[in-house]
Amino acid sequence: MGSTGLISILGRAVLETLAMVGISVIVAQAVGTPLGILLVVTEEGHILPNRWVNRSLGTIINIGRSIPFIILLVAVLPFTRFLVGTTIGTKGMIVPLTVAAIPFVARVVESALKEVDPGVIEAALAMGSTPLQIVCKVLIPEAFPGLVLGFILTAVSLIGYSAMAGVVGGGGLGDLAYRYGFQRNRIDITWYTVIILVVLVQLLQMFGSWLAKKLSH
Amino acid sequence: MGGGCLIELRNVSKTFITDHKIQALKDVNLHIPKGEIFGIIGQSGAGKSTLIRCVNGLEKPDTGEVIVDGVNMCKLNPVDLREARKRIGMIFQHFNLLASRTVAGNIAYPLEIAGVKRSAIKERVDELLHLVGLEDKANAYPRQLSGGQKQRVGIARALANRPQVLLCDEATSALDPETTKSVLHLLADINRKMGLTIVLITHEMAVIQEICDQVAVLDNGTIEEIGSVIEILARPRTDAAKRMVQGLISIQIPPELLERPKQSLTESCVLLKLKFIGSRVHEPVISGMLRKFSVEANILFGKIDQIKDIPFGVLLVEICGLPDQVEKAIAYMNEQGVETEVVTNG
Repeated sequence: MGSTGLISILGRAVLETLAMVGISVIVAQAVGTPLGILLVVTEEGHILPNRWVNRSLGTIINIGRSIPFIILLVAVLPFTRFLVGTTIGTKGMIVPLTVAAIPFVARVVESALKEVDPGVIEAALAMGSTPLQIVCKVLIPEAFPGLVLGFILTAVSLIGYSAMAGVVGGGGLGDLAYRYGFQRNRIDITWYTVIILVVLVQLLQMFGSWLAKKLSH
Repeated sequence: MGGGCLIELRNVSKTFITDHKIQALKDVNLHIPKGEIFGIIGQSGAGKSTLIRCVNGLEKPDTGEVIVDGVNMCKLNPVDLREARKRIGMIFQHFNLLASRTVAGNIAYPLEIAGVKRSAIKERVDELLHLVGLEDKANAYPRQLSGGQKQRVGIARALANRPQVLLCDEATSALDPETTKSVLHLLADINRKMGLTIVLITHEMAVIQEICDQVAVLDNGTIEEIGSVIEILARPRTDAAKRMVQGLISIQIPPELLERPKQSLTESCVLLKLKFIGSRVHEPVISGMLRKFSVEANILFGKIDQIKDIPFGVLLVEICGLPDQVEKAIAYMNEQGVETEVVTNG
């Protein structure tokens, strides 16, 4: 394999990783955020306390979080086929990644929203805010920098998960390292992918921290 | 002072069950007249916070009723309760401003949720910024403000929807004495100009003394005493009230004074604390006493204070003379409306 071949293989893998992680993190954030909000507001002493909803949702999320990704990946295969029509390749990888990330996002959102000063929520209640107004105008804006950091945290975790894509021929950097680096014993390719992953995570984290700081007043 | 009763609490009780039962309020009855600045004083844990939160329904009493402007707050459904809260402003010890919004944004919040039009919001926000003297801080974020400025934003925010009542929850407890004074004067000003009824809770008698008309002393969830500020300050009847007043107008008497020989063969000397309230301050009661009875007076200490425009004086006087003359002199001063108290050791 020539160096141009190597570059094109690596470049393709990077794009595949970015696509997988990018789509999964966005969908997971969209689904997980309302769940995280629900977890917070239904808690005892919050704006919509409901023990039953809080407990059940918490349990479901804990179950989701405790299943090892590699098992989840196999377990959701029928669901994956139903949703995207295939269980292999980058497309097939997006579904399990998203499913795995949803409970993670819910917990991350929960902890970000819990940082909002209860006094501010009380003030909003005293002014006659509805629960929806409190969520949209108080909880989310006040926790926004934390939510951004949480989003980055999820993305970084998903980059790690996506490396297991090799199992389903999912493409991306992990797949490349597994197939070329491990199976064909190309240590150099393993190194390249690791370096690229480190740089990717580093850049993502730097961007996230910068954005969070810019957003907090 | 204004007309009828605006806020009424009838037999309000509230118990919290945490690790053990805590009865925060026990059968509390209160009448707060319209247009007054009404203080509720008590030490921490007395139930002040629970009491003030019952007024706007942030806490629901277990039993009893809370009536605000004829509306029973305990019987409102959530929608009506939210509407009622828009007519009751509240400010807090730690200000509780939205860190993500500018000063103008914070003041606009209650207007937004009340559905006020955008152009009207801007106009009202400018008005309120002017009222609290923060025109130049409209675009600052709370983090960039001092404590006093934050509380002014809190006041502007609380007044945005033109409430009838302003609840102040230890509103000056996080501020230094200077800033406390200026914030209290702003509140008194607003009370005068707009006829706004203000209910404030505090643990500091100095705050009550500065601006309140009436004060209720809360201890262990029970109202121990209610009266005009001057009354409570001058004549606290209960131990709880005495504890709160202590230090404010108490006189520290140098121990040497008490140790002086008070008795000679024929004369007796009595150390008296005299309290003059209102117009009595202006009357020559002591010289009258000296003329009428053959006693001598030695003034050891004196202090005149002003509480809500009413002068209030304390004198420490040693009166010497024949025992019966001293007794008559004391009786005379009591007749003149001066309160006397024989000071013994301590």
